[in-house]
Amino acid sequence: MKKVNRDEGRKRKGISQSAATMNRTAEKNINLTVNGKRYQLMVGKDVTPDHTLAYTLRETLGYTGVKIGCDHGSCGSCTVLMDGEAVLSCTILTVECDGKDITTIEGLENRESGELHPLQQAFINYSAFQCGFCTPGIILSAKALLDKNPSPTEEEIKRELAGHYCRCISHYLVIKAIQSVAEKGG
Amino acid sequence: MGEKYRHIGKATHRKDARAIVTGSAKYIDDIKLPGMLEGRVLRSPYPHARIKHINTSKAEAYPGVKAVLTYKNVPPWIGGIPHHRPVLDSTMRFVGDAVALVAAETAESAEDALELIEVEYEQLPAVYDMEEATRPGAPQLHERIPGNVFPRGFRPIGEKALQEIVMGDVDKGFKEADFITEGTCGYENIPNPLPPEPPGVIATWEDPEHLTIYTASQSAPMNRNFHQPLLGLVDMRVIGAQCGGSYGSKNANMIPMVYAAALAKAARRPVKVYFSKEEHFNAYSLRLGSRIHAKVGIKKDGTITALEGEWLVDTGAASEMAQVQIAVGCGEAQLALRCKNWNLQPKLICTNHNPAGCVRGFGGQELKSSLLPLMAIAMEEANLDPLEFFKKNYVKPGDGYFWRDGLWWDYRGVDFSKAMQKGAEVFGWKDKWKGWGKPTAVNGSKRIGVGMGVHGNADVGEDESEAYVKINPDGRAVLHACVSESGMGERSSVCKMVAEILNIPLERVEITAPDTMVNPFEFGLVGSRGTYTVGSAVIEAAEDAKRKLFDLAAPVLGAKPEDLETKNGKIYVRGREDKAIPWHKAMGIARTLTGQGRFETDYSLCNCMIIFAEVEVDIETGKTDLRRVVAATDCGQIIDPLVLAGQLHGSIGSAGIDTALFEGTVLDKDTGHILNCNMIDYKWRTFIDLPEFENVILETPFPTHRFKAIGVGEISPAPGPSAVLMAISNAIGKRVMDYPATPDKILKALGKI
Repeated sequence: MKKVNRDEGRKRKGISQSAATMNRTAEKNINLTVNGKRYQLMVGKDVTPDHTLAYTLRETLGYTGVKIGCDHGSCGSCTVLMDGEAVLSCTILTVECDGKDITTIEGLENRESGELHPLQQAFINYSAFQCGFCTPGIILSAKALLDKNPSPTEEEIKRELAGHYCRCISHYLVIKAIQSVAEKGG
Repeated sequence: MGEKYRHIGKATHRKDARAIVTGSAKYIDDIKLPGMLEGRVLRSPYPHARIKHINTSKAEAYPGVKAVLTYKNVPPWIGGIPHHRPVLDSTMRFVGDAVALVAAETAESAEDALELIEVEYEQLPAVYDMEEATRPGAPQLHERIPGNVFPRGFRPIGEKALQEIVMGDVDKGFKEADFITEGTCGYENIPNPLPPEPPGVIATWEDPEHLTIYTASQSAPMNRNFHQPLLGLVDMRVIGAQCGGSYGSKNANMIPMVYAAALAKAARRPVKVYFSKEEHFNAYSLRLGSRIHAKVGIKKDGTITALEGEWLVDTGAASEMAQVQIAVGCGEAQLALRCKNWNLQPKLICTNHNPAGCVRGFGGQELKSSLLPLMAIAMEEANLDPLEFFKKNYVKPGDGYFWRDGLWWDYRGVDFSKAMQKGAEVFGWKDKWKGWGKPTAVNGSKRIGVGMGVHGNADVGEDESEAYVKINPDGRAVLHACVSESGMGERSSVCKMVAEILNIPLERVEITAPDTMVNPFEFGLVGSRGTYTVGSAVIEAAEDAKRKLFDLAAPVLGAKPEDLETKNGKIYVRGREDKAIPWHKAMGIARTLTGQGRFETDYSLCNCMIIFAEVEVDIETGKTDLRRVVAATDCGQIIDPLVLAGQLHGSIGSAGIDTALFEGTVLDKDTGHILNCNMIDYKWRTFIDLPEFENVILETPFPTHRFKAIGVGEISPAPGPSAVLMAISNAIGKRVMDYPATPDKILKALGKI
């Protein structure tokens, strides 16, 4: 992660490095639940105020299914679910995530049975990816959509995925894959 | 339709599908080696400058820093032909050029150390336009490239590498013409193929003679094939990671491979160099710029009698292998434009911007996008329907062409006019085409227009491939082939070929990692060569392994080897499946059987892609919407319909069709800075703006290999930009010759601004 990015990120999000912020975060641990597993991250040791959630998930906790493409919140690759909502984890600071429940792509399959989430299986069935770099983010956004709206229209699917950059152009097969799950009622 | 096969032609799950959808696929940034350092690059703020003074002592002393390299202490590895691209230099030639390299324990240390490097520059005048760069007195970029024009030739592709198209007698050809037209067209928006994953490499020296490279590449072996000589012929082992998109841009990966290798050598530790998206925009592989001035002679019946012109090619501050792109572009021009009299003179020029590199379309998209609009002027003059023109002029059996090696090749493939016709029918060309400069429909301020483009490549059989197929007694097989995966599904497709020949479930075939140490020779998965070249080697290896198995089984079954068949790991005499014996009864359990296969270059076949485009232009605002695309081709035999569909849909992405509408790199020609070097300002098509898209795929058997197939993936974007420009021109009744056709250019063409 480039330092420039972090600085720009702060500016973008209007986050200042004021002493107050530093002190507040320095006093506490960040409690995160990731894919059902609880983590306590010590500020100053496991996480610093400039760590993005994407960085923490990938580098500190090892969830490398979270992909960082642009690191500027404009490609959608780093999408994860936070309390069920699809968010761009490269635009969120980990210190802002205390008490949050995060789902990454690693959290979708049933760990005991090995059974895939219906969306994961549909993406396999429709070969709804080429290079696959954007796939984790797209699947998670699709899950957030179907959880709220089990039978979205094609337009609603497109709107939900508008922030996801797929340069191979797997869009057409992605839409089919999601529709195949939606038709089954999510 | 193709033959009925057990696996071939059916939609099967990609072998890596589960890894991709569960997030366990390992891309380059997911790999960590013990003791690995992070490498970072200090970049030039100036488009052209000389380092007067550089002091790295503070950076070297910074905690965690293990190596700092400048032009003074970097290994003397110089790339490009002629050798003009050292790892680091004392002259900076574009904004973002590498000034120094740092390796440190953490990314943060490395970035902090970059800020401690003191550099004093002497700024030099810069040049951005090709014609200006070639004028006397222009700023000179490289000592070895006088006048900023590269010497012709590229010996690795042959002593006679095709560097121009000269044949027949153009003067005679123009005399035979009914119409002669002339014009200039530029395709100079130097877009970025911009895979979602930035480029990255990890290098580690096992000892001074053994270098291991982990690479995000569509062709891991090319890292070794191309760069082993550059690194003084050390033993270079290359291992490909899952690659997050390439579109040609991540092949031999000289940059950042040399950065990582140089830092790892200096630090004596593994080093990862993984670009940020900003570096990806500013300092990695753009598309070539292309400007052509040409004169065309044409007859009333669409026969091209002469084609003469100059093709200027802008490679930016350095050339990776632009001479090969010129060679392939020149070959491809002859495939689409049958003409007996040619004189096309390319000129490869360097300017002060981020260098071009290999990009899908590889010289051909650049040439076609600037040449076909000039052909359109000729077609309009002769009042020819472009569908009939391209059907008539695309290469046919009995024709031939000079290919990239400079040799004449007789074409022995299929007639693609059938695919053009079928595509036109699906598109509704007959009803939509109203003539040149005429809209298909008018609805208030909205004008609908249609256009088409054609492109093909005889790279389907280029370069060498080898494969081993190892049969195990348990009824399984392992394919040894150095095939990377960057999205084409080729690793799965070649497994299907093995499964088909050995008649076993696809799940019982595995393929080795793309690792040059464990696999036989492979050139790399470039162009559309995989299906025919890698496929042929794989098929031969599988057949060879099966033959060895039958030789051992024959005496056990009391039959001749040629009377045997195998299915699901059992062997039987044809017609007597009830008496089948498992493989291990024939070969024993303490044995494997390995078959070998090899493919040799064959340029006598080509592919073809036809794009039909329908646009809607608002003549009040100048805004253009791409409404519908029909992509037509003939691939001989589909290997996997979904994988192929994705490859053809890809014509929109990877600096393809949309370079005609809104996509491009915006270079500030006062400062040399790229103005849209982020993913908001660099425009890309979102899900919301998808056009209707239909694929039309014919399967006329090709004389290739057992499955009669050829590859087509690389070329799908190439005919798109010129097709869109034609559609816009027809919609508004004014010729638009400038990419991308943004609203301002359309309003200007309409005389409104």
